[in-house]
Amino acid sequence: MNWTAIAAIYRFEMARFFRTLLQSFLSPVLSTSLYFVVFGAAIGSRIDQVEGISYGAFIVPGLVMLAVITQSISNGSFGIYFPKFIGTIYELLSAPINFLEIVLGYVGAAATKALFIGVVILLTSTLFVDLSIAHPLAMVAFLVLTCISFALLGFIIGIWAGNFEQLQLVPLLIVTPLVFLGGSFYSILMLPPIWQKITLLNPVVYLISGFRWSFFGTADLPVGYSLLAIAAFTCLCLGVIWWIFRTGWRIRS
Amino acid sequence: MAPILSIRDLRKTYDDGFQALKGVTLDIEHGEILALLGPNGAGKTTLISTICGITTPSGGTVTVDGNDIVTDFRAARALIGLVPQEVALEPFEKVLNTVRFSRGLFGRPRDDARIESILRKLSLWDKRNSATKALSGGMKRRVLIAKALAHDPRILFLDEPTAGVDVELRKDMWNIVAELKADGVTIILTTHYIEEAEAIADRIGVITNGELLLVEDKDTLMARLGKKRIEVQLAEPVDAVPTALAAHDLTLANGGDTLVYTYDIHGERTGITQLLNDVAGAGLTLRDVETRQSSLEDIFVDLVQEERA
Ligand SMILES: Nc1ncnc2c1ncn2[C@@H]1O[C@H](COP(=O)(O)OP(=O)(O)O)[C@@H](O)[C@H]1O
Ligand SMILES: [Mg+2]
Repeated sequence: MNWTAIAAIYRFEMARFFRTLLQSFLSPVLSTSLYFVVFGAAIGSRIDQVEGISYGAFIVPGLVMLAVITQSISNGSFGIYFPKFIGTIYELLSAPINFLEIVLGYVGAAATKALFIGVVILLTSTLFVDLSIAHPLAMVAFLVLTCISFALLGFIIGIWAGNFEQLQLVPLLIVTPLVFLGGSFYSILMLPPIWQKITLLNPVVYLISGFRWSFFGTADLPVGYSLLAIAAFTCLCLGVIWWIFRTGWRIRS
Repeated sequence: MAPILSIRDLRKTYDDGFQALKGVTLDIEHGEILALLGPNGAGKTTLISTICGITTPSGGTVTVDGNDIVTDFRAARALIGLVPQEVALEPFEKVLNTVRFSRGLFGRPRDDARIESILRKLSLWDKRNSATKALSGGMKRRVLIAKALAHDPRILFLDEPTAGVDVELRKDMWNIVAELKADGVTIILTTHYIEEAEAIADRIGVITNGELLLVEDKDTLMARLGKKRIEVQLAEPVDAVPTALAAHDLTLANGGDTLVYTYDIHGERTGITQLLNDVAGAGLTLRDVETRQSSLEDIFVDLVQEERA
């Protein structure tokens, strides 16, 4: 393993993040506050409690997941797409590093940024609601795993994308709906029975449910399912990346 | 000493079926400067990209100081620095950081003194804190060179380092190359300017249509390339070259009304005065005299024909 190279990629990517720290920081804080105003205040005044938890607190795990998933994907995809787009990828391809090292550098940085934003949102939410975390270690583990797995997905999208539209396409058409329909703002037990079944096909449901369990100790689904889902998803992404690495698909002609 | 770079029957067929390299074999010695001369689309960039790992070879082998570029890619690539044809830089990053990044990417520990000396050598030290997008085209190219040198490679590839660069910068670039050679770096550069190859190379390879036509010492090749033609148009056509002019080795063209004389521009004496005197002495009347230097394309055509003959 060429750790020096991995560190170089990681640092270079993080530098991009720190150059725009204020934006990186402000926009999630702002959007989280808006969610709290809209969902917490407006809807929360009607829905008092969900599963014995105040509605404001109930949506926090969903909000964090929403942000972390979108940020992981956009950072992961942009990080590798940008060198492809501006041509600096020549340097990665000609360096004495293998694809795994490239992935570790880029995905590590993308996941770190998303994690940072997830923590910022969590802290912001404490301004609006009282929050206690039942299983802090599990909470951190869920958060970190989600950051990594979706940064991997982002990386795949970044390799696949041939232009900026395609880069936005997958997050817009697939991921955002899945996250919104994944129970960020409601318990799936609130849905009609048939929709409860259909919703179970949405992998994000398992993530949000598990993450919510780490906060409140209760969830829509058994936490084991959630762990299994995220493990399976991470393996799938790793498998695809391994295949990309084998074939040089869309990177090495 | 064994060659530092050894290319054997290297082939590259792109996904669309286009064969860009048709079996290139070439050895490059330690410390030499080799210029690859060829028209656009000849396969120069493909050759470099394949050696450096940007494209995968379809056939053949390349070893860098004994390390195969596929099976020992880490050892092979660690020895190589690449300056690509197209300028590509992270726009918002500072010069210093992009160059540092390159060193780290190649697995070398951070060494600020080394980076400083590279930047100074390339007159970039004053610009170290500028974002790369704020630099002029020539400066950007220097940054690319600094990045390529950041890990102290033994071989440097320069892909058309002076394409689209003004005369002054071109001279600068030639000086940089000369200094690198003095430091013992082996340099392979591509160009489509004969003058450039002549100015800086030790050896010149001519490549066209994915084939390396020849590789020769510069001096030998320049003697072959440095030919100029004089076309002497006569008022009256002749049937054959007059015996009085036999010594000049002339050929007849245009149905006998043009005498063609070829001479070496590097020769001490061109023989032009003598020729014109003898033409007059043979009783021929001149209508016009024209000199032509073969264009690069003419020379390629000549070389191809010679090789095939
Ligand atoms: N990725 C590619 N796919 C298909 N053909 C390519 C690709 N890259 C280059 N070529 C073709 O290969 C030939 C050689 O290109 P190149 O190596 O860039 O030439 P040079 O650098 O000598 O100008 C050209 O005809 C070019 O069109
Ligand atoms: Mg080229």
